[in-house]
Amino acid sequence: MQLSLSSDQEFFRDTTAKFLTEHATPTDIRRLRDEPAGFDRPYWLQGAELGWTSLLVAEEHGGGSISGDGLADLTLVADEFGRHAAPGPLVPTSIVAGALGALAPDRYADLLAGLLAGTSIASWGHLEPRPNDGLDDLVLEIATDGTDLVLRGTKRPVESAAQASHLLVSGRTGSGITQVVVPTDTPGVTVRPMHTIDLTRRFSEVVLDDVRVPAAAALGEIGGAGPRVAHQLLQAVVLANAETVGAMQFALDMTLEWAFDRYSFGRPLASYQELKHRFADMKTWLEAGHALSDAAAAAVSAGDPEATELASAAKAFLGQYGTELLQDCVQMHGGIGLTFEHDIHFFLRRVALDRTLHGTPAQHRARLASIATATATATEDPS
Amino acid sequence: MSDQAGHAGANEDAAMEDVESFRARARAWIGENLATAAAGSSAGVLRNNSTDEEELAQVAHERALQRRLFDGGFAGICFPRAYGGQGLSPAHQQAFNEELTGHEFPVRIQAPTFSPCAAVILDFGTEEQKRAHLPAILRGDELWMQFLSEPGGGSDVAGAQTSAVRDGDEWVLNGSKVWTTGAWWSDWGLCLARTNWDVPKHRGLSVFMLPIHQPGVEVHRIEMLNGTKEFCQEFMTDVRVPDTDRIGAVDDGWTVGIRWMFHERMLHNSPYVTIPAGDAHAGIGASSVLRVARQSGRLEDPWVRDLVGEARMLHRATEALQQRLGDGMRSGAMSDQSAAIGRLFSGVVSTRTNTIAFEIAGGDGGTWTADDGAIADCGSDFLMRQVSTIGGGTTEMARNVISERVLGMPRERTLDRDVPFRDVPRGGQS
Repeated sequence: MQLSLSSDQEFFRDTTAKFLTEHATPTDIRRLRDEPAGFDRPYWLQGAELGWTSLLVAEEHGGGSISGDGLADLTLVADEFGRHAAPGPLVPTSIVAGALGALAPDRYADLLAGLLAGTSIASWGHLEPRPNDGLDDLVLEIATDGTDLVLRGTKRPVESAAQASHLLVSGRTGSGITQVVVPTDTPGVTVRPMHTIDLTRRFSEVVLDDVRVPAAAALGEIGGAGPRVAHQLLQAVVLANAETVGAMQFALDMTLEWAFDRYSFGRPLASYQELKHRFADMKTWLEAGHALSDAAAAAVSAGDPEATELASAAKAFLGQYGTELLQDCVQMHGGIGLTFEHDIHFFLRRVALDRTLHGTPAQHRARLASIATATATATEDPS
Repeated sequence: MSDQAGHAGANEDAAMEDVESFRARARAWIGENLATAAAGSSAGVLRNNSTDEEELAQVAHERALQRRLFDGGFAGICFPRAYGGQGLSPAHQQAFNEELTGHEFPVRIQAPTFSPCAAVILDFGTEEQKRAHLPAILRGDELWMQFLSEPGGGSDVAGAQTSAVRDGDEWVLNGSKVWTTGAWWSDWGLCLARTNWDVPKHRGLSVFMLPIHQPGVEVHRIEMLNGTKEFCQEFMTDVRVPDTDRIGAVDDGWTVGIRWMFHERMLHNSPYVTIPAGDAHAGIGASSVLRVARQSGRLEDPWVRDLVGEARMLHRATEALQQRLGDGMRSGAMSDQSAAIGRLFSGVVSTRTNTIAFEIAGGDGGTWTADDGAIADCGSDFLMRQVSTIGGGTTEMARNVISERVLGMPRERTLDRDVPFRDVPRGGQS
């Protein structure tokens, strides 16, 4: 998280933090493990009231940011989600609301209003089954047929798809990319719940078998959605990063406290140099994680030409060092750290899940290599 | 960190130039006055790739470059005008660094002359000392070295055994200092010495300034495992230093020393240092990894691309981290001790990146010919890999600082606290 926030941002963050401390307790999280939706509707309605789903939508369409940079504000919520391993479809609802607000606020006025109020859930159907690159390697086909669009293919994992009334689905139309709003009750849509390592996040596989929607369901131009989908992916990456950093921060604080409290051989764990040095490494990864996460978020908001590289560097770094930090926190706890009774696994789950979504570290390293190669070819004599 | 009083005193009428107009002026000046640098010209880890004559010629060239910066009004951007600087802000220095990318610059003069040495003089020097040395440094007339580490103790800097004994208005120094880069072509040394052996180690130190080339100072060049002879060891025998060349109070040298090491750790993020942006982490960087990958003919191999991507990731992480730490320490949100976080991270990143280049080089890492381009010397660089986690304070010390001073974990037990230094157990000196 950024080192200095405006007082409005500070207030906004505190409000969300207090709310989550009260309503996303370890007891709540353990209880929600067995709930199909993974979150309570009243909780989500109150979160929406706090502004969680409004930040990527312009004020004239019912949204509004705190600082003028809605994505930066949303990273504050995502960071708190990480610190509490909080339930709720924050990323997909925010991205869909942002897209609807920007491109079809009137056509989807009701859906948008529902998302902003928390009464409706919509999800972002972008990721696709293996073998894909986890990024923008789309196979799902969106063909034009008269005045209709026909979707064929599979999306997975789609967060909260079983709770969603609509999906924003991206796919290929010839050589272009199209994005379509699909009601989940459209004939041909099958939503199959998947297993997941997280306790409260829910994901489904969504099969679209000759799903027919009117051409007017396309957001923006048919075949022209590539840049927008790429931007949505960057938003998703930025939010996953912020959530990971929040979880790392909480886990490290919690483990540090444990190291002071736990005694062995008559000394606190915190007094052993071997462990102190590992804490120093973890603190260093955490600060680098904060720094990269914030730098990438700022670059994406500003439309900086380096935004993609920074976002990938941040995602690759946080995926790798976020899980490394959490696993070392488990190690510091010993056997208790592997039990369901202890809370540390909430954060390990969240960080491990976020590592797998929107491109793994290896997939983002591959993208970084492509960017570096392209940049070097453009600016250097090949030697 | 610039001295606003000094700035205003020297230039009452002018408000500070805005950064963008400064940037435009800097860009034009750099384009006209500084040659472009060849890609990869700063690659490698302390490579032994020039003769002494070439090295001296390069040092002379860099002094001339520094003079050119001074005459052009771009030397010491964050130094007060009263001492020959420009009295501008860190943002101006950052803009200049960005515009400098891809151009030659006086690389040898940055560390340790500007940071930590000039920064320490600025923090602790008397008015006379600042006027005597800062303009000379900014003109390229004085190159400085740190007389800090000793052969008897690497990380335990406050355990210095070089002694300074008062004799009227002078001090007489005896002892040895080591790991001074390029002392054989430098002019002045900033020297930490023991002035009181009857108090605990941190309370009996003082800091002095002394010319390196004088009778009584013998400079030996140390040959490193790759053949480079840049590091030196000095032997001081009855070196007389006037009391006016003492910096800080007698026996209060550790107050100076703490800032000194802070400036050392802050090197890549110091407002006093001029280094092209993106080039701040010399040695094996992400761009040299890419050159090695291309030269290896393996750039299309997935495992090579994975490593190239990792190097790029680490490079971006280092940049972002240094920025965050710099901002945090400037605003007070982070303590000065947080500089150790940057030191640890950049050291570890550097060793990892070095290993990546060695890995991609494949068999050519062990055997090569002179026409192997970017790949040649990857093996020698690998042998010198640990220099980035040893030089400038080891990463083990950084881990102690982070855990104890940043995270507040219990201090390591020491046997030299609250004991007169003369009673502290000491091993043999190497």
